[in-house]
This record gives sequence, structure tokens and C-alpha cells, in this order.
Amino acid sequence: MEQTMATTSMAKTVMVPAQATKQTLKPKLRAEGIDMAFTRDGTSVPVLENVKLEVHEGEFVCLLGPSGCGKSTLLNVIAGFLSPTHGQVLIDGEAVRGPDPRRIFVFQERGVFPWLTVEGNIGFGLFKLSKKERAERIAHYITLVGLQGFEKAYPQELSGGMKQRLEVARALAVNPDMLFLDEPFGALDSITRLIMRRELLRIWEAERKTIIFVTHDIEEAVQLSDRVVVMSARPAKIQRVVEIDIAHPRDISSSRYLELRDGIFEQIGLAHKV
Amino acid sequence: MKLNVRLRPIGFVAALLVMWHVAAKHQATPILPGPLAVAEGIAELAQRGLLLKYIVASLFRVTWGFATAAILAIPLGLAIGWYRRSEMALNPLIQIFRPISPLAWIPISILWFGVGDLAAIFLIFLASFLPLTVTAMNAVAGIPPVTVRAGRNFGLSQPQLVYRVLYPAVAPQLIIGLRITLGIAWLVVVAAEMIAVNSGLGFLIVDARNAGNRYDLVVAGMVMIGVIGLLLDIGMRSMENVKSLRWGYSED
Amino acid sequence: MTLLGQPMKWERYFWPLFAAGVLLLLWHFSVRWSHTKIFPSPVDVVRGTAELIRKGVLLHYVVDSLRRVSAGYLGAAVLAIPAGLLLGWYPAAAAVVNPTIQMLRPISPIAWIPVSIIWFGVGDLAAIYLIFLASFFSILVASINGVRNVPSMYRRAGRNFGLSPAKLIARVVFPAALPQVIVGLRIALGIAWLVVVAAEMIAVDSGLGYLVIDSRNSGKRYDLVVAAMILIGLTGLALDTIFRRIEKLRSVRWGFRNES
Repeated sequence: MEQTMATTSMAKTVMVPAQATKQTLKPKLRAEGIDMAFTRDGTSVPVLENVKLEVHEGEFVCLLGPSGCGKSTLLNVIAGFLSPTHGQVLIDGEAVRGPDPRRIFVFQERGVFPWLTVEGNIGFGLFKLSKKERAERIAHYITLVGLQGFEKAYPQELSGGMKQRLEVARALAVNPDMLFLDEPFGALDSITRLIMRRELLRIWEAERKTIIFVTHDIEEAVQLSDRVVVMSARPAKIQRVVEIDIAHPRDISSSRYLELRDGIFEQIGLAHKV
Repeated sequence: MKLNVRLRPIGFVAALLVMWHVAAKHQATPILPGPLAVAEGIAELAQRGLLLKYIVASLFRVTWGFATAAILAIPLGLAIGWYRRSEMALNPLIQIFRPISPLAWIPISILWFGVGDLAAIFLIFLASFLPLTVTAMNAVAGIPPVTVRAGRNFGLSQPQLVYRVLYPAVAPQLIIGLRITLGIAWLVVVAAEMIAVNSGLGFLIVDARNAGNRYDLVVAGMVMIGVIGLLLDIGMRSMENVKSLRWGYSED
Repeated sequence: MTLLGQPMKWERYFWPLFAAGVLLLLWHFSVRWSHTKIFPSPVDVVRGTAELIRKGVLLHYVVDSLRRVSAGYLGAAVLAIPAGLLLGWYPAAAAVVNPTIQMLRPISPIAWIPVSIIWFGVGDLAAIYLIFLASFFSILVASINGVRNVPSMYRRAGRNFGLSPAKLIARVVFPAALPQVIVGLRIALGIAWLVVVAAEMIAVDSGLGYLVIDSRNSGKRYDLVVAAMILIGLTGLALDTIFRRIEKLRSVRWGFRNES
């Protein structure tokens, strides 16, 4: 199964080079002048200030910023869970008015439903399919994320990494065209995190979803994405957008990688020295 | 050694029974029965067919009052918890009504329903209704926002969201609430039967005392109330072991 | 969580008053339209309450009920908390006593009424004993479980700092178990308040429970019955509010996130 997925993805990349798509297509997502403020104890606290962002079809974009800077808020606005104070988000030219099953949000592993088994979680969004189709789809994604043998297990019997893979599988199973991931690997140990990154890239290359990925980990952002959107601390503004022009699989000791990575470290105000 | 450890609790109970027996023998005025007299009392009740009749009568009242309350209170509490404004409106009223002991309603329930089963069932209903409403309200308020967002993300309609996310998310807490409330309902049925009806285990206790100071039957009634209360509690607890619910009880 | 947006500040006061108003109007008009001679309207109840205040029994009865509850409840807490801590600490002892506790606990305290009358006569002591019984087992079981659920990490950390067993219980186990103990205390207080009303209906001749039964039996004064019910509700609410205050204390609060 994995073999065939990999070959089709390669065929796809050869036929439609990523660079070409970006210039010719309209943006998949456009955020226009997003302002967001929360009221706390009667005073208004600005969280997002005049955020403008475009994401193209099939692109992998990282939102990078310090913890608590508001990048999660931005992702929640994009996903339609929060409505901005000013501005709007357009996806395929349509204003976002609420969450939509075409765009699935992956929370940290907390988003899996504890009362459902692995199968139940993956099948959660597939209620419109026939029983047979649903079973096939579930089996496919269980294999894809390597949870065979755990079909009947409940989330509390799984490790953090398995829960995370389960949540990604649940999202992919409904075949969305966008994925929003909110620091999805933050709670994992460093080995599992590396494996999960590779898995995510593999899935992205195979299925060509548009991905917006929130992280505070600079290395993670540079390893994964086509573009890194560097955000400032509260209220969050877009500081800079860094194009990562290295082909996958990326050599993380290449001079270009280190140059890009250190550029971002400097941007954030940390020289990369220990 | 292992057997020894197992026997200790039994030994403790036996010691208590012996102490009770000796104390009953040596009391100044022989009013309170010893354990043997109580056992004979239970046997006598069983022979006269009263034991089963009274147990069934008490359970019948508890079942009706408790089940009706659960069927009405849980959806109501979920709805109130879900809509902020309804919680604002009703919570203060609920908080005032809740501490009114259901037993204080006895005169009114007799006025409305007469002396009989309905009055007692109404009291059980009152004893269960508000605690269950509050449990459901709090359970909804305690659902992590992430869970609700994840559910909405998959394009569920409002009824689907209630049935597939809201309800399973609150189920573990609801079951704890149901168990505690059933305990209170059992307490209230005893009180209600002492005052408002002519059958049941509560009535047995009051009747045995008033009609001839049959304290062996009074204590027999107490024992039966304890045993059935225990069985109800065990029954409710076994629900907490259901696999799809167990995630909600990380504590013990 | 809400689908209708954040409520405004004025709504905080508007909706409760609105709901209370609707309820009072419903009550008033259902009494009027049903032409009942027995069931009181809200106005009758206010008049009844005023009458109780004039006669001086209102405060007297409230104080009587509160006195019984506090005596029985505090007595239970003073005995049950240390006993629970010890039994939680020595699981072997708990295993011996547990079946007995489990058998005695579900006996409704109300079922003890005849026995408590024999032992203590008709009067305060009988009622206090019933409240004691009603509170004792809830608090005991909550304390035992509270200690059992203290993560062994805490005990080890405490021992690591060289605490003696007595100090370990006082400085680590008790504070760690406190949130669960307090949940037990609050459930017990609710049950105690329920039982005092029952006890006063049967075993004594003062207090709010007595007021309910007496108003009915001597002349079907249902206005006083309802007045007494409202007083029972308000006093119970006051007790619960005090309890919530205690739960909000900083040193206790760590254990409550999703608790009601």
C-alpha cells in the first residue's frame, strides 16, 4: 500500500512542479487585514494586528512565533472557529463563516475523542458513506499511519505519538483539501517527532493537501515548509516571510539549510550559538 | 497467610455482631433486639410475604420517580449548559430550589396527589430532578472547547453534534451524578414512606415501632434498606466500568 | 462554546430577574385561575413570612435547625476526617473495616429515627445523631479515597525531605487529599440539610422541618408551609455559598478544575 502511494506521488510531482503552480494559480487562501482583540476584565487586548497572508494550492506553510504570540488564534480564525474583529479570510474566493469538513483542524493529541476506539475516531467524519466504504476507508488510513493491531483500542491505551497519528488519520480520512495543524508534535518526544515529520511530508507529497502548520520550533518550520511566516510577539504581526527553496528530502546539514535557519534565528533575535 | 488476610474483615464483622449480641443481652430495659432476633424478624417478614412486597413497593416508587427525573432533567440540563443565556437565567433559580429538602415538599405533594404512591413518586422525582439537572449543566460546561471544535469541524448538524459529541463527552460525569442521586432518592423514599404512604420499607420501620414496639422488625427494616441501597450502588458503579466510559474516571 | 456570541454585561442581571419574574407570575396566575382555597399565592407567602417574623418564631426556628446541623455535621467531620486519613494511610486496616463501612453506609439515616429516639429520646440529641450519621460516612469514604489517590510521587518526595510519618500526613498527605475531602464535605452538608428537615418532622418540635409539618397539621396553613420551604431553600443556599467560598481559597483551589 505504502509503495503505491509513494509512486503515484512521484508521478504527480513530476507532472506538476510546485514552483509552476504557485505562479499560475489564484491563491487558495487569502487573509485580508485580520485584526483580533479579546476583552478581558473590560479592557480590549489586541492579539492579531493587520495580518495579511496568501497561501497557494498544495503549499505547505508554517506559522512560526514564540509561545502565546497569537499564531494559534490566527489558525483558529482561518479555520472559522473564531471570527476576527476586523478583516476576513477567503478560501477559494469564499469568505470563511465557520468550520467546514473540507478543511480539518488537527489539535494537539487532545482532539481525539476518548470515548471512541481508533476505528471510531477515524470513522467519525465518514457518516455520509455506506458501511462498506467506511470500513475500507478506515482500514486504509489505519495502515497509512501504522496503527494496525490497535483498531479496537481506546485512546487512553495509546501513546502520545499514536494518538497524534490517529488524529492526523481522522483528518485525512474525510479527504479534506486543507489541513490546519496547531503545534501537532509539541507533546511528543524528539524521536517520535522526527518520525511524525517525515510521515507528514510523505502524506503531503502523496495527497497534495494545502497545509498550514503552527509551530514555535524554528528547525521544524525550516525542515517542513515551503514558506515560513515569522510572527512577532503580541499583538502578532507578520514580521517576515521566508521562502525555503530546498527540495525534499532536505539535507539538514547543507549550507543553504543552515543559512535559512540562522536567518530566522537572527530575525527572532537569537543568534544560534550555545 | 493469604487466607488469614481475607478472613480479617469477616472477623471484624463477627466481632461487631458478638458485641451487639452481648450489649443487647445486658441492656437495662430489653427494647433493642440482638442480631439473632433481627434475623428471626427478617425470616418472619419473609414468611408473611411482607418482605418481598415492601421491597418491591419501595423499588417501584424509586424507579418511577428516578427514571422520570432522569429522562426530563438530563436533556434539560444539557440544553441549559449549552446556551449561556439560559444558564444565566435559570441557574440562580435552580440554586434556590435545590437546597429545599424534598421532604419539605411532603405537605404539598400530599395536597396535590393525596396519600399514596403518586405523592411518594413525586417526592423521589423532586429529590432527583434538580441534582441531575445541575450535573448535566456542569458536565456540559466542563467539555473542553477542543472537543466541541473537533466535532463541529467534521460538518455535523446540530442534532448530530449533540448525539455524537455532547452526549458521549458528558456520559461519565452523568453516570457519577446518577449514582449519587440514586443514593439520595433511596434516602428520600424511606422518609416519604414513613409519612406519606402505607407500604414499603420506610413504612415497615415506622409501623413496626408504632404498632407494638417491634424493634426486631425495625432493625430488620434497616438492614434491608442497607442491603438494597448497597445493591443499587454496586449496580450503578458497574456502569462506570463500561469501556467507552472509563476514560472519564482517571482518578480511581 | 456559545453559538450566539458573548452575552453583554446587563444580561447578567436581566436574565435571572426575567426568569424569576416569569416564575412568580406563573405561580400567581395559576393560583388565581384555579380558584384554589388551599394553595397560597406569592403574596400570601410574603404575608405568612411577615407573620412568622412578628411572632418571633422565624429566626428561632432557623437558628434551631442550623444548631442541629452544625453540631451533628461538625462532630462527624471531626471524627471522620482523621479516621479517613488513617484508614487511607494503612490500607490493611481499611481492608478490615471496609466491608462494615459499606454495609452501614447505605442505611438511610432516616431509617435510624426509631433507634435514635430510643437512645436519645425525642429531642435535639436524636436529631443531631441522625445528622451525624448522615454526614459521617460520606466524609469518611471521601477522606479514605482522597488519601488513596495521593500520587505516590508526593509521598516519596515528602519522605525524601526526611519527614516523619506524622509530619508526612500533616504536610503532604492531608493537603494533597484535601480537595477530595472537601468534595465529600460538601456532599455531606447537602445530605445533612436534607436529613435535618426529616428529623425535625418526626423527632423534635422546633426548627424549619417542624414548621413545615406543624403548619400543615394545625390548620392547613399552606402559606406557612411554603414560607418554611423557601426558608429551607435560602438557608441551604447560604450554607452552600459559604462552602464554595472555602473551595475558592487559594490553598485549596488547585484540585478543582472541572468540579461543580
